[in-house]
Amino acid sequence: MSQVLKVSKVRSNIEKRRLAGVSVTASLSVLSLFFFGFLNPGKDKTTFGFVLNNEWVLIKEWVVSSQTGSRIFSLVAVAASVAAALAFRKGARIVLPTGIATFGIFMAFITWVASGKFIPFTGLLQGSLLLAVPLIFGSMSGLICERSGVINIAIEGQLLASAFVSGVVASLTHQSAWGLLAAPFAGASISLLLATFAIKFSVDQVILGFVINVFVIGFTSFLYKKLLVPYQASWNTAPTFSQLEIPLLSKIPIIGPIFFTQSVVVYLMFIIVGVITFALFKTKWGLRTRAIGEHPTAADTVGIDVNKLRFRNVVIAGLVAGIGGAYYTVGSVGAFGNEMTAGAGFIALAALIFGKWSPMGAVFAALLFGFADNLQSTLTIIGVAIPSEFMLMVPYIATIIAVTGLVGRVRAPAADGIPYSRGGAN
Amino acid sequence: MRNALSKFGQAIKLPGLSFFMAFTITGLIIAVSDAKVLAKFSSPLDFITSALASVGNAYLALFQGSVFDVNLIKDGSFIQGFYPLSETIVTATPLILTGLSVALAFKSGLFNIGAQGQFIFGAIGASYVGFNFDLPIGIHILAAALTGAIFAAIWGGIVGILKARTGAHEVILTIMMNYIAAYFILWVLKTQTFLRPGRIDPIAPEVNENARLPLLAGSGFRLNFGIFIALAAALFVWWLLTKTTIGFKFRAVGANAQAAKTAGISVPFVITSTMMICGALAGLGGAVQVLGSEYALNTDIAGSFGFDAITVALLGRAQPLGTVFAALLFGALQAGGRTMQSNTGVPLDIVQVTQALIVLFIAAPAFVRYIFKIKKMKSSAALTSKGWNG
Repeated sequence: MSQVLKVSKVRSNIEKRRLAGVSVTASLSVLSLFFFGFLNPGKDKTTFGFVLNNEWVLIKEWVVSSQTGSRIFSLVAVAASVAAALAFRKGARIVLPTGIATFGIFMAFITWVASGKFIPFTGLLQGSLLLAVPLIFGSMSGLICERSGVINIAIEGQLLASAFVSGVVASLTHQSAWGLLAAPFAGASISLLLATFAIKFSVDQVILGFVINVFVIGFTSFLYKKLLVPYQASWNTAPTFSQLEIPLLSKIPIIGPIFFTQSVVVYLMFIIVGVITFALFKTKWGLRTRAIGEHPTAADTVGIDVNKLRFRNVVIAGLVAGIGGAYYTVGSVGAFGNEMTAGAGFIALAALIFGKWSPMGAVFAALLFGFADNLQSTLTIIGVAIPSEFMLMVPYIATIIAVTGLVGRVRAPAADGIPYSRGGAN
Repeated sequence: MRNALSKFGQAIKLPGLSFFMAFTITGLIIAVSDAKVLAKFSSPLDFITSALASVGNAYLALFQGSVFDVNLIKDGSFIQGFYPLSETIVTATPLILTGLSVALAFKSGLFNIGAQGQFIFGAIGASYVGFNFDLPIGIHILAAALTGAIFAAIWGGIVGILKARTGAHEVILTIMMNYIAAYFILWVLKTQTFLRPGRIDPIAPEVNENARLPLLAGSGFRLNFGIFIALAAALFVWWLLTKTTIGFKFRAVGANAQAAKTAGISVPFVITSTMMICGALAGLGGAVQVLGSEYALNTDIAGSFGFDAITVALLGRAQPLGTVFAALLFGALQAGGRTMQSNTGVPLDIVQVTQALIVLFIAAPAFVRYIFKIKKMKSSAALTSKGWNG
């Protein structure tokens, strides 16, 4: 009896959060309609550009009066909110309609704020993807670790160390490919540190990850000033990968320039995300990994060496993060800059949590963060009235909203962060 | 007596070995990265002596920059030689306060990574009251420091309320709040209110004379009253934790939240009030930095005080007294590191490596025992935080 009561209580909590999600989206949509569409409408026309390269069909610029545009997009958002509410009443999934509503609100805002200005729409999305690349690699690293029960706060350290190593190796060899090959090993060596101390010596993983980050930031800064600055010509002139246009696909309007005119690192990302998603849910390795993250004792009982698999997975995670680190140097700007990852590891971690520890969720969260980040710089460049600092806060505020439960229940793998020993507490 | 001595020896054995290992590794890094040492690679003896000289010089500069430098004595003024020590204390003062903030949170079972953001809000509050009002001496300091502490208590309290109400993890919340605070101060410094007349770069006006903390050793030293505020705060945290009911509740929740809840302690209350007090402590750090040594709010006011605080609290094992000593040590490393950088060309960042290594080894007693083949002995439990679901 009490069991039943407990279950229904948990249910109602989830329902409450879903309801909160729907009502927040709905009220934001209505607010957007009133504020951007009527109360404080833009006075000029907003222009959206879609052409970036020489696509097959050159889509014409879309010129719309800021007021009308905001109204259209707000109405889309309102309609989607209604759909979300209906779906909620039927008990169906609300992700799609709330997603569309959020998109509508974003677009209404852009149309409003860029009144009288030109928005390079395709470029905006392309830049968003690029900013999301290291975040996606980082969150995949976190995903593999945490799904197997090891908290990984050291993503920042993995990214920074591998950015450094790939930059230096590519500079010394004059080959960006060598830089890309070396980077995973740098990420993996940080992982070795994490795995050894977390699994072999049972050090608290949150504290450990934090300390590793401090270590890597200090060490790379030290080497940067001692080595890379004075001997810049030989040590810090990494060549970069050129863009690789995929024949045919790159000529599709909008989609082509965004997804199929990228460097090899970005294509690697598509492949790796696909492989991880498949492996995690469709292979023996994935089943075992999820088992040791949720219930290590049970996994041990059926003969899985929990700590060995955890160790191996943490190292694999380092390899993945390493490619993300390489993106910073050989994948984009070439030369290594001091503390160039600038907290991306923590955003990647936030994306992982925002995405509820699922690969696709993390990817979408990372893309959202990338979009917010790039929207901010685009708006700063075209010169709008909102202080860029507030735009820069958006990803972080979004994360807070996410983890406090507006997007539904967020739960980590059950054994995440708990060292495993036979006959131990769990 | 003998027994007490051996007990003491046991107690400092692991920390001592941790320090030894950290400084050895740091020394190796310094030696290997020195071009003059590497040039002597062909002759082993020269190589070793020059490596030792390189490390020795660096560590000598570290000492000269943090404790005592005989070269600074001039006109028979012996006291001038201790200028580095005063710099150590000035650097340690905000570290003590932010370190206490993190340490107190640990006691309630919370991992407060947010000292950085709380520090920023404390600095903003103190600066605003400091330059914007004209108050009598004494009252002005009090008003400015209190405003800073309250701003930061609210900022920390938001995390407490969010965690208490929704169960969201404080590590993620505080990391995010740090970023928001970092952008907030950039914006604040661009506003008309905080713009210094005649300047266009982001720097606030200096706080009024009345709002400045008194200097303790004359105008030649930056040493100020702030250190007493920090020590008083340490005393307060000790008193709060050991002598009051509320402190007992904090520790009960920190030890076992489930059991504390069963015993009738309101966990949400403990989480919220802990985060508010932690915020106030870190905010006081920001206030002291503005009112005691910087005087003007700038974009880099917080440095890395809030982040170093975590290593400080970990090294101090979350004890008030331990935190004070740890902050003094890290203050010395920072102050000495600056001298080391200018005298021997070893970048200041190496200090961060040393700090990380010290804390890593302290947090991993099993590792130190493994390296030195020490048998397992009774020792206080290592610090732990709680995983995402905790």
